[in-house]
Amino acid sequence: MSYRTEGTEPITKVSIIISKGSLEGIYPGLIMANGARAEGMEANLFFTFFGLDAIHKKRIDHIKVATVGNPAMHIPTLMGGLPGMSALATHMMTKKMDELDIPPIHEFIEMIGDTGCGMYACKASVDMFDMKKEDFVEQVSDIITVGDFYDLAAGGQIIFT
Amino acid sequence: MTTTLTTTTLAGVAVQVNEEGFFEDPKVWTPAMAEEMAKADGLDALNEQHWTVLNFMRKEFFEKGTGPTVRVLGKTSGVSVKDLYLLFPKGPAKMAARLAGIPKPKGCI
Repeated sequence: MSYRTEGTEPITKVSIIISKGSLEGIYPGLIMANGARAEGMEANLFFTFFGLDAIHKKRIDHIKVATVGNPAMHIPTLMGGLPGMSALATHMMTKKMDELDIPPIHEFIEMIGDTGCGMYACKASVDMFDMKKEDFVEQVSDIITVGDFYDLAAGGQIIFT
Repeated sequence: MTTTLTTTTLAGVAVQVNEEGFFEDPKVWTPAMAEEMAKADGLDALNEQHWTVLNFMRKEFFEKGTGPTVRVLGKTSGVSVKDLYLLFPKGPAKMAARLAGIPKPKGCI
């Protein structure tokens, strides 16, 4: 059984941009990149703005769910801002993900690196946050410009998250 | 979204497969069929590690009703994720499941 429309060609390459630093902002892009490799597609991940936290050695193990400004949390905005709410929501969500065998972000990044997916940090954001190559996990192969990114993405689909 | 089955001949036996090449009936599979499919996929031959993965996949499928995902394979089959991608360059879970004669594994990770 296939969901692909008859007569269409399968996607063979994807470049996925992760621009947010919250748990719910990072996972979808990682799952899509990992899934693309599992399907035999070429895949690249490009981390920009707060998405850089997902590859930052000191921050990768402290990614949190956003409880403010997120109506889908189904809690009043004021409550979402109370101390500890984000930690609590993160704890609940990571527990559920662990039950479903979804790896923590750090382990997931290592696994995706092992699949042969390329990982790159956005130069403009790296400069803006005063970061360096050494700040990132070893799976990140380079800090690249937007022009480099489009070169890398050539011949495939681009997904922004 | 429909399943279209076609009949193909593998190792001298007529086998029903779906549009992605997955077996309709995993029980009709033989190792010789895997060897033949591997050649068609551009692999020279199936080595010991390939067989570790294929046998693990069939065991999991018959025990649990679905084949393992890449993450499960990497954690429990004895072959690392990195090696899985080298052994099955067209996407480990999918390619190994097809060669092992089992349906495409369900799961997102």
